[in-house]
Amino acid sequence: MNRSRTRFLATPYIIWVIGFTVIPLMFIVSKSLTDENGSLTLANLLAIFDPLHRKALVISVLLAFLSTVICILIAYPLAIILRGSRLTDKNLILFILILPMWMNFILRILALQLLISNNGIINNMLGHFGLPPLAIINTPAAIVLGMVYDYLPYMILPVLNSVLAIPQDVIEAAQDLGSDKKHVITRIIIPLSLGGVGSGITMVFVPSMTEFVIANILGGGKIQLLGNIIEQEFTVTRNWNLGSGLSVTLMAFVLITSLIFGRGTEDTATGITL
Amino acid sequence: MKSKIIAVICVISAVLCLTSGCGGAAETGETLTVFNYSEYLDPEMLELFTKETGIKVKYEEATTPEELYTKYMSGGISYDLICTSDYMVKQLIGEGEAQPVDFGSMQYSSNIGDRFWEMSKSIDPDNKYALPYFWGTIGLLYDSTRVYEDIDSWDVLFNGEYAGDIIMQDSMRDTFMITLKHLGYSLNTSDENEIREAAEALKQQKPDVQAYLVDEARDEVVAGNATMAVVYSGEAYLGHEYNSNLRYVVPKEGSNVWLDSWIVTKKCQNPEAAAKFLDFLCREDVATANFEYIYYSTPNEAVLASMDPELKEDPAIVPPDQAVDKCEVCTQSDPKITELYNELWKELKAE
Repeated sequence: MNRSRTRFLATPYIIWVIGFTVIPLMFIVSKSLTDENGSLTLANLLAIFDPLHRKALVISVLLAFLSTVICILIAYPLAIILRGSRLTDKNLILFILILPMWMNFILRILALQLLISNNGIINNMLGHFGLPPLAIINTPAAIVLGMVYDYLPYMILPVLNSVLAIPQDVIEAAQDLGSDKKHVITRIIIPLSLGGVGSGITMVFVPSMTEFVIANILGGGKIQLLGNIIEQEFTVTRNWNLGSGLSVTLMAFVLITSLIFGRGTEDTATGITL
Repeated sequence: MKSKIIAVICVISAVLCLTSGCGGAAETGETLTVFNYSEYLDPEMLELFTKETGIKVKYEEATTPEELYTKYMSGGISYDLICTSDYMVKQLIGEGEAQPVDFGSMQYSSNIGDRFWEMSKSIDPDNKYALPYFWGTIGLLYDSTRVYEDIDSWDVLFNGEYAGDIIMQDSMRDTFMITLKHLGYSLNTSDENEIREAAEALKQQKPDVQAYLVDEARDEVVAGNATMAVVYSGEAYLGHEYNSNLRYVVPKEGSNVWLDSWIVTKKCQNPEAAAKFLDFLCREDVATANFEYIYYSTPNEAVLASMDPELKEDPAIVPPDQAVDKCEVCTQSDPKITELYNELWKELKAE
């Protein structure tokens, strides 16, 4: 009885997964393995080695990597500071961090565009103080900024969770045995929170890899990520086979990344495992 | 237990049925599915049409001709009426996707000026399929306080003088068309060398380009982020409304004169209702409402006749004859050329 009941509860999930994951995925994979006439081919999967696509993939990986590193560099110190702070401060800081996520992400990116554009708010302010203008709009730096802005909470939350989950006893034990502050961080806190970092990396790196909207808005259409090429293949060129082939290759990349960084995260208190 | 599994299967198959679009049961009452560019029709006019005729309108939108074509061809929704651009209209007619409409028997179709029926012949030689809806030119919108010369040539986009202050269209066709015109070629050329030369010019220009944008191109000039942008004439009019220093010019080398038209698809089951809709769009009050919603150039003579003289003199609203003389309608829809454009465009963007 109990088993059939849990199965029944799983129905919405099953419908969801079949309708929105399994079937589209089958559609994409079958498109990627055929040409426009429907005959089997590997050309769409091998198309990633085309210099144009390879270049876009390299840029995508590079920008995603940079965004992830910056997110880690911001998230870790914050997590360590929050660990030592009072409960009310902690909640307030977390609240402020999560607040922007209440707004649609495209709106936030458009707002960022207004801020950093050549004649934008930031440059106007810099001009008032006689400082040289910031020329980052329509450059890869702007795309990285946009990605960090959008995905930072996804890094902070798992990292913070795993840093907070380290028992105070462990740290006290380390101090008793003569560890100074530096060693507590490098030998205790960092190794014990790697699981959360792994989840964070997956949750920041993966969407950054497949990003195309931020690249369009903040990159001024001048920087092609692999996501942009896939979008073009579907909407403009109408080569769905090639678009699917590139999507499958991108998925393979994402899967590899998740396997590398997602391993062994189950035993941490992140609550998010892959 | 078994019955639960069956219930689950039923639910799943119902969902599949919905998502795969096999719910094509016969509609009761008259319905038209209309497919148009976004913000390209006053929504109140749809309500008015339904109120007057009892025909329900399902309204769908797309942003580019290519997107529209992709959605149409994927067959997910059966569209009755499509409004799209010249070359795409020609392509759809050529592929047998349009059905002939008897424009002569319509009450208000004579509101469309003869010269536009004539212009339309370049895409629809017998005026059998396409009803002109809006038209205009592609030109340069520039901030007159930031230039020190008379802007009258495409050259300013390519000579590096305004490096970093130029916005180009993030639209393959438009960008290639003006570059071909800049080089002195026809924008409908089938000569591969000419097209490759244009691609080369665009590659050289890319470092000078601030951004490739579509809808935001105008706003960037309005906001003062860029000195000039390649825009459609109608956009230019609104740009001028926001910032009176902005000027619009159709360069002397000529440009593209575009014509958006309505066609009735071959899938349309109710051609009478479709014809009623097209006739409705030609009626003076409706055409005026749409004009005031969009501010692109209208081919409707009745609207032109009653238009405010100040508007009539604006080259962005009513392109002057001498500017249009050197312009061409885009009729290039050869699949091989399109493929070449696709390839070169991708190379340019990846540069």
